[in-house]
Amino acid sequence: MAAVEVPRDEQAFLEYVQAGGQIETGDWMPEDYRAKLIKFIEMHGNSELMGVLPEREWILRAPTLQRKLALTAKVQDEVGHAQLIYRVVEDLGKPREQCLADLVSGKSKFHNVFHYPTRTWGDVGVIAWLVDAAAIISQKALLKCSYAPYARIMKKICWEESFHILHGRDVILALVTGTPEQFELVQEALNRWWGPLMQFHGNPIPRDEDPMWRWRIKSQGNEEARQQFLEGYVPQIRELGLEVPDPKLHRGEDGVWAYSEPDWDELRHVVTGHGPMTEERLAFRSGFLDREQWVRDAVLAA
Amino acid sequence: MTQEVFEVFRQERKGRPFEHAGSVVAPDADFAEAWAREQYGRRGESAALWLVPRDAIRDVEDWADEFDLKYRRVDGYSIKTRLKEARERAAARPR
Repeated sequence: MAAVEVPRDEQAFLEYVQAGGQIETGDWMPEDYRAKLIKFIEMHGNSELMGVLPEREWILRAPTLQRKLALTAKVQDEVGHAQLIYRVVEDLGKPREQCLADLVSGKSKFHNVFHYPTRTWGDVGVIAWLVDAAAIISQKALLKCSYAPYARIMKKICWEESFHILHGRDVILALVTGTPEQFELVQEALNRWWGPLMQFHGNPIPRDEDPMWRWRIKSQGNEEARQQFLEGYVPQIRELGLEVPDPKLHRGEDGVWAYSEPDWDELRHVVTGHGPMTEERLAFRSGFLDREQWVRDAVLAA
Repeated sequence: MTQEVFEVFRQERKGRPFEHAGSVVAPDADFAEAWAREQYGRRGESAALWLVPRDAIRDVEDWADEFDLKYRRVDGYSIKTRLKEARERAAARPR
């Protein structure tokens, strides 16, 4: 069969990806497509790398050896994801060193949920269960990304994320079947995280106005992802006796969830580098980059 | 030292095909192996890995088909209309 040629003009390329066509590293691509891919994938890599910090803080404080080991394995996985993802960005033309420099200088972004503190073990459970659940909804949609090398590494990432969600759910189940104080720990954490969780998938712009959808980098719109999260997880939260802190939240007869308007100003403020933990975590990451410079030097001197 | 791209192909179980999984950048094959073991085999998810320097791959993507050699393929045979006609004729034939 004759090979399908990736078109070499922008309009035909757009039609090609919108019809489900996929692109490989060596293929021609419009500059705008390349730029959008780099921006999107780099932010994903940043989020994996910064996402381990809230959990890292709890490795030594985790209640049992089993939990410490599981948390360590999870942190190791997430850093591994960052490695895979930055490699894809690198192949698109932006070197890893530049990605890391832009991350610590605040030039590039990472997901809102990683700008907040982890106050208690309840927060660790909510992050591992619900933040990961929200993330896996986005990541599963990326299995269909028009840029094939990114879609391929997503297979491995989703496979590992499914263990993370189970680990999170296990932490939550242990707490809600424990003492009243332990149950309360989860409820308080859920109250703190619900706002950021509802902001996580982004503002509900129609998907046709979202350039990431237009280029089929994303295969679903923001609101579709949020609805999928609510549909999948609100019943699971409620069956444990937990209360979702939004009086307006309910499922309409048409199956669409209604909810209070998320605080979009907070989202903008946080992702532009003004979250409660942004500065501290970036300083921590930056310090490590400096301290580990000798490792990178040693590898290159080999 | 300059770094080189190695494409990583992984095999999920013995006997399965090796599938392209991603790539690593390393100063040499030994480092490439170390990175690939860590990134694609850490959780026992691979039975084997192939590491191939990207430059060693010969890419074949253009397929000449000047003579439209459809008779060698399934899509070269459209029997639907003729089958319909044959069935109609058979039904109309006096027994």
